[in-house]
Amino acid sequence: MGQTITQKILAAHCGKDYVEPGELINARLDFMLANDITAPIAIREFERIGAKTVFDKDRIALVPDHSTPNKDINTAQLVKTIREFAKKHNITYWFEIGRVGIEHTLLPDEGLVLPGDCVIGADSHTCTYGAVGAFSTGVGSTDLAAAMALGETWFKVPEQMKFVYYGKLPKWVGGKDLILYTIGLIGVDGALYRTMEFTGEAVAELDMAGRFTMCNMAIEAGGKNGIIAPDEKTLEYVKLRAKRSYTIYTSDPDAVYREVVEIDVSKLEPMVSFPHLPENAKPVSEAAEICIDQVVIGSCTNGRIEDLRIAAELLKGRKVHPDVRLIVIPATQEIYLQAVKEGLLEIFVEAGGIVSPPTCGPCLGGHMGVLAEGERAVATTNRNFVGRMGHTKSEVYLAGPAVAAASAILGRIASPEELK
Amino acid sequence: MIRGTVHKYGSNVDTDVIIPARYLNTTDPKQLAAHCMEDIDPEFVNRVKPGDIIVAEDNFGCGSSREHAPIAIKESGVACVIANTFARIFYRNALNVGLPILECPDAVAGTNAGDTVEIDLESGKIANVTTGKIYTAKPFPPFMRELIRVGGLVNYARSRLSQKSDAS
Repeated sequence: MGQTITQKILAAHCGKDYVEPGELINARLDFMLANDITAPIAIREFERIGAKTVFDKDRIALVPDHSTPNKDINTAQLVKTIREFAKKHNITYWFEIGRVGIEHTLLPDEGLVLPGDCVIGADSHTCTYGAVGAFSTGVGSTDLAAAMALGETWFKVPEQMKFVYYGKLPKWVGGKDLILYTIGLIGVDGALYRTMEFTGEAVAELDMAGRFTMCNMAIEAGGKNGIIAPDEKTLEYVKLRAKRSYTIYTSDPDAVYREVVEIDVSKLEPMVSFPHLPENAKPVSEAAEICIDQVVIGSCTNGRIEDLRIAAELLKGRKVHPDVRLIVIPATQEIYLQAVKEGLLEIFVEAGGIVSPPTCGPCLGGHMGVLAEGERAVATTNRNFVGRMGHTKSEVYLAGPAVAAASAILGRIASPEELK
Repeated sequence: MIRGTVHKYGSNVDTDVIIPARYLNTTDPKQLAAHCMEDIDPEFVNRVKPGDIIVAEDNFGCGSSREHAPIAIKESGVACVIANTFARIFYRNALNVGLPILECPDAVAGTNAGDTVEIDLESGKIANVTTGKIYTAKPFPPFMRELIRVGGLVNYARSRLSQKSDAS
């Protein structure tokens, strides 16, 4: 019987030719990660397990990206714990400040997560790596601790769900708009425990940045993993970066899906998800007269150079609205440097914005742009839950970089088409 | 046997409202529990008593993978969470930290805030003492029952590790 790309990867990692949705498997892991919030508990549990050392020092990344550069003394203590663990166990991919970036942008860019891999991370947005054709999913700290000791974990093979995006992408509509539209369609638990496989000519048209954005937000529909079968664009991205060999899998034509959703992209507008759930997605034209206080362009969802180029194209020669604070966060040091070379950071600063070092910071209301009571932000991040970016009476509107930049200029939620 | 008062919530209770990110600069269960449910129910920590039960609708624990969320709930004294469905990472985390969870839509529909409920985890029987109604939760699959039986994932991983080193 035919299998999907996800089934094939899982089968290959538990020594089988075929796995059935619902089946429990014990899978070998190619790579795993934790960040400064989840690693300290993982380290504590790892020590309780009593393993002498980690299963493979080259297959674990420890990425202090959430509350760094250390925002307070407690955080500094936690990051110190991770640093000491990394040194004790000689972890190859411990990323110190100055080399670190946002984990889900950093790891694929460093060639550490690859097509055909089976990956877990103690962070819910680990599903991002599906964009290179890997099976990749988020877990908690204890699961990660057991995986660091054993090099394996258990999975229930997820039900398979396919999304087919057809038609030509309108100008300013990108990966963020496709995924917000999709979550609006199926709801925040519309893919609960399932795979979201993204296919179709519009996905093929997307660059890698747009594909990472789509897979990144599979969790926001409850999905276990998001995945896109590798094509020439994927291979071009991977081949110069890969630190290991990799395997290309694709779905069989007779693979079985629990559900297939077809979406015509040709009539879509840029999308905005209203507070307080990502499923509250509306076309930007329905977001009239919503004044804003802050714009955040960055995060594991939209902090790539392609995202910064879109924002810079709109901000060039224009000014941020007097009532708005614009915070731009390149996701990694490599992207930061590239943005310097291309003159993008100069455009943001000239426009009246601020450029932050790579950090998750404001996305989770941690630091570097926390909202006060009653304040509103447009953010290219992935969650707009109650209190997500600060005060419980603040609001986050999710959008792509084009809407975010246009909104920063006009001081209200706006379409890039409105800029004269 | 668990017996306690019900704290009831709706759908999509996310881990950001269970334990807001501003408190994630500690891993101490007591400090986390002091802020449990703060952004959805600021009075929860003053009201909750050991043995109490959280009852919620769909997709409980969605969002971030932070294990701080089930740790905070468990440390606050809550003995069990009953929901229609759980988000998958929260489901794994709850099992791993030893917070009992049950899926039972009938019990969720038939229970109100303030009701007294008794739960037998072994059989999955949920008795609403206030209304006199009895419900049965969906049983855990065998592998998860085994995980619970051995006392959680840390113990499971410890014995798996010794199996592996014996084999090599």
